[in-house]
Amino acid sequence: MSFLSIRNLSVRLKKGPPLLRRVSLDVAAGEVRGLVGESGAGKSMIGKAVLGILPPSIEVTEGEILLDGVDLLRLPLAERRKRIGAMAALIPQDPLTALNPSHRIGPQITDRLVDILGWTRPKADARARELLAEVQIPDPDRVLRSYPHELSGGMRQRILIASAFAAEPRLIVADEPTTALDVTVQKQILKLIAGMQARHGTALLFVTHDLGVVSKVCQKLSVLYAGMVVEDTSVTDFFAAPRHAYSAALLAATPKYTDPLAGLQPVPDAVIAAVQAEVAAFDKGVAHG
Amino acid sequence: MQVLRLLFTRLATTAITLAGVAVIVFFVIRVVPGNPIAMMLPPGATEDDIARLSALYGLDKPLLTQFGIWVAGVIQGDFGTSITTRQPVLDLVLGRLPATLELSIMALIMAMILGGAAALTGTRFRGGRTEGAIDVANGMALSVPDFLWGLVLILLFGVLMPVFHISGRVTPSLELPFTTNFYLFESLIRLRFDLWADIVAHMFMPALALAIPLAAIIGQLLKQSLKETVNLDYVTLARTKGYGETRVILREALRNAALPTLTLVGVQFTFLIGGTVIIERLFSYEGLGNMAIDAVINRDLPLIQGIVILFAVIFTGVNLIVDLLYTVLNPRLRHG
Ligand SMILES: Nc1ncnc2c1ncn2[C@@H]1O[C@H](COP(=O)(O)OP(=O)(O)OP(=O)(O)O)[C@@H](O)[C@H]1O
Ligand SMILES: [Mg+2]
Repeated sequence: MSFLSIRNLSVRLKKGPPLLRRVSLDVAAGEVRGLVGESGAGKSMIGKAVLGILPPSIEVTEGEILLDGVDLLRLPLAERRKRIGAMAALIPQDPLTALNPSHRIGPQITDRLVDILGWTRPKADARARELLAEVQIPDPDRVLRSYPHELSGGMRQRILIASAFAAEPRLIVADEPTTALDVTVQKQILKLIAGMQARHGTALLFVTHDLGVVSKVCQKLSVLYAGMVVEDTSVTDFFAAPRHAYSAALLAATPKYTDPLAGLQPVPDAVIAAVQAEVAAFDKGVAHG
Repeated sequence: MQVLRLLFTRLATTAITLAGVAVIVFFVIRVVPGNPIAMMLPPGATEDDIARLSALYGLDKPLLTQFGIWVAGVIQGDFGTSITTRQPVLDLVLGRLPATLELSIMALIMAMILGGAAALTGTRFRGGRTEGAIDVANGMALSVPDFLWGLVLILLFGVLMPVFHISGRVTPSLELPFTTNFYLFESLIRLRFDLWADIVAHMFMPALALAIPLAAIIGQLLKQSLKETVNLDYVTLARTKGYGETRVILREALRNAALPTLTLVGVQFTFLIGGTVIIERLFSYEGLGNMAIDAVINRDLPLIQGIVILFAVIFTGVNLIVDLLYTVLNPRLRHG
C-alpha cells in the first residue's frame, strides 16, 4: 500500500476546462517520485491538491487522494488540514515569499510542532536548533531570532526545508524547490533535500522541469501533459527507453551536462500533435461516458 | 536609531507647521467681521467704552504688534486671557482637552473593534453572502456623515429606547472625587465603576456616531488588504501546517495586512477629531469642540487661537504616533 495514492483525480476551473485529467500516481513510503512536464501541465496543481491548498476557483470533479489510506477529499476541511499538517509538508518554490515577513524564524519552524502537534515549547525549540544544524546553518541561535528579510534566499530555503522536516512528516511535496535560487546554490539545496529525504526515509513528490535532477534524486517518475499522466514508470526504465513518444521527445530536449547545447532540440510538432490528439480523445471519452 | 531620527526630524517640522498655523489663525480671525468688544458690551455703549475695553485687551494696537505680543507670550507658555471668561486661555483649553481626548480615543477604539470585526468576518467568509452583507453595511455607514449618525442614535437610543444619556458628560448631581479631568480614566483607576458606567452612558452615543464612518473605512481597507494577504505564499504554507482558516487569517495575515491600513487610519483619526466639534455640540458634551464653537460665537480671539493651536498639536501628535507605530510594527524598518 502506497503512502500517497492519487486515483483518477480530475480538477477544473469552476465551469471551465479540465486542468487535471484522471491523474493517478502512487508514492510509496520512503520513495521519491518525480513529476515532470512542460509549464502549465498541472504539476503544481497535483501538489496543491495533495496538500489541500487548491485555490477556491478550482473544483475537484472526481477521484480520490489517499493519504495513508484515508481519502482526503472526503474529510471536512478542518480535519483534512490537521491530517495533512501532521503527515505531510511542503517545500515551496520561492523562499523569498514563503516566510512571514513579520514573524521571527524560530516560531515559523516550531509553530506546527507546538500548535498542531502539542509539543512543549522547550522541546520544539531544541528541535529547531537540531534541524538548523542538519540543514547546515551556522549560528542557529542568531538565525532563529532573525526576521526573514535579514537572511539570503539560500538560507531561507534551508530554513523552509528544516521547517518541512520538523514534524518528521511521512510525505513531502517539493515544488521546484531550487528554481528561484541562484545557480550556485541550486546544487547544494538539491543535495540537502536528497540527503535529508534519504536519512529520514520520507516519501517525496518532487516537481521539476529538470530531467537531470530526476535522474539523480528520483526512483519513480510521472510525465504530465495537459493535466494527463502520459507515462508512469521507474526512473531507470525511463532513461533506458521511455515508452511514450512525448516522454522520449522530452528526454531528447534535455540538455546534457557535458555539452549543454549539443542535444538540445525542441519537442517535434508531430509528437505534440499526437499527444494533443490523445488529450482530445480522452475528453471525448469523458463526455461520452 | 530609526525611531530617534524620526522623532527629531518630526519635532523640527512640527515647529514649522505650528508657526504657520499660528500666523494663519491669528490673521484670519481678525479679518472675519465681528468685533469681540462689541459682543461684550450692552447695546448703547459709547465709543469711549469701546476704546477703553479695546485698550484693556490690547486690541487697539497695530495688528503686527498684537501678533508680536501674542507670540512672545505663547513662547513663554502664556496664551493670553479669554475675553469672555477672563481666565487664562491655557487653563481653559487644558481643562477641556481630557474630555475631547477621551471621546476621540473611545471612538477610535469602537471604530477599530467594529471595523476590525467586519474586515475579519468578511475575509473569513469571503466570496459568500456574509461578505456581501458586510459590504452593504460598510457602504451605508460611509455614506452618512458622523453628525447625522448622531441624530439617528439620539432618535434610537435617546428617544425611542432611552438607554443612553443624550447630553452632557456626566450626570450633574453626582459627586465627583476627581483630581484630573480624565473622568473616564480616573473613575477606572479609582475603581468607581458606578461613575464609570455613568460616564460611558453619556459618552456612548457621541463616540459611536464618530466611530461609525471610521469603522466603515477600517472595515473596507482592512478587508481588501486581508483578502490580498490571504493568497500570499506564506499564508498558504501555514494552511499546509494544519491551521484552520480563522487561525490562518489571525496569525499569518492580520498583522501584515494591518500595516498599510494603519497610516490611512491615522489620517482618518485626525478627521474624527475634527468631527468632535459638531458632535460635542450636538450632545452638549463639554469638550474642546463645544468650547471652540462658543469661542467663535463670542469672537473670543485669544481662546480661538489657543484652541486652534491645541488642535494642530494634537493632529501632528497623532501623525507622529502613527509613524512611530508603523516603524515599530514593521520589522523591515526597525533595523534600518
Ligand atoms: N489559480 C488558478 N486559477 C485558474 N487557473 C489556474 C490557477 N492556477 C493554475 N491554473 C492553471 O492550471 C494549469 C496547471 O497549472 P500548474 O501551476 O499546475 O502548472 P505547472 O505544471 O506547475 O507549471 P509550471 O511549471 O509553470 O509551474 C495551467 O494551465 C494554469 O494556467
Ligand atoms: Mg508549478
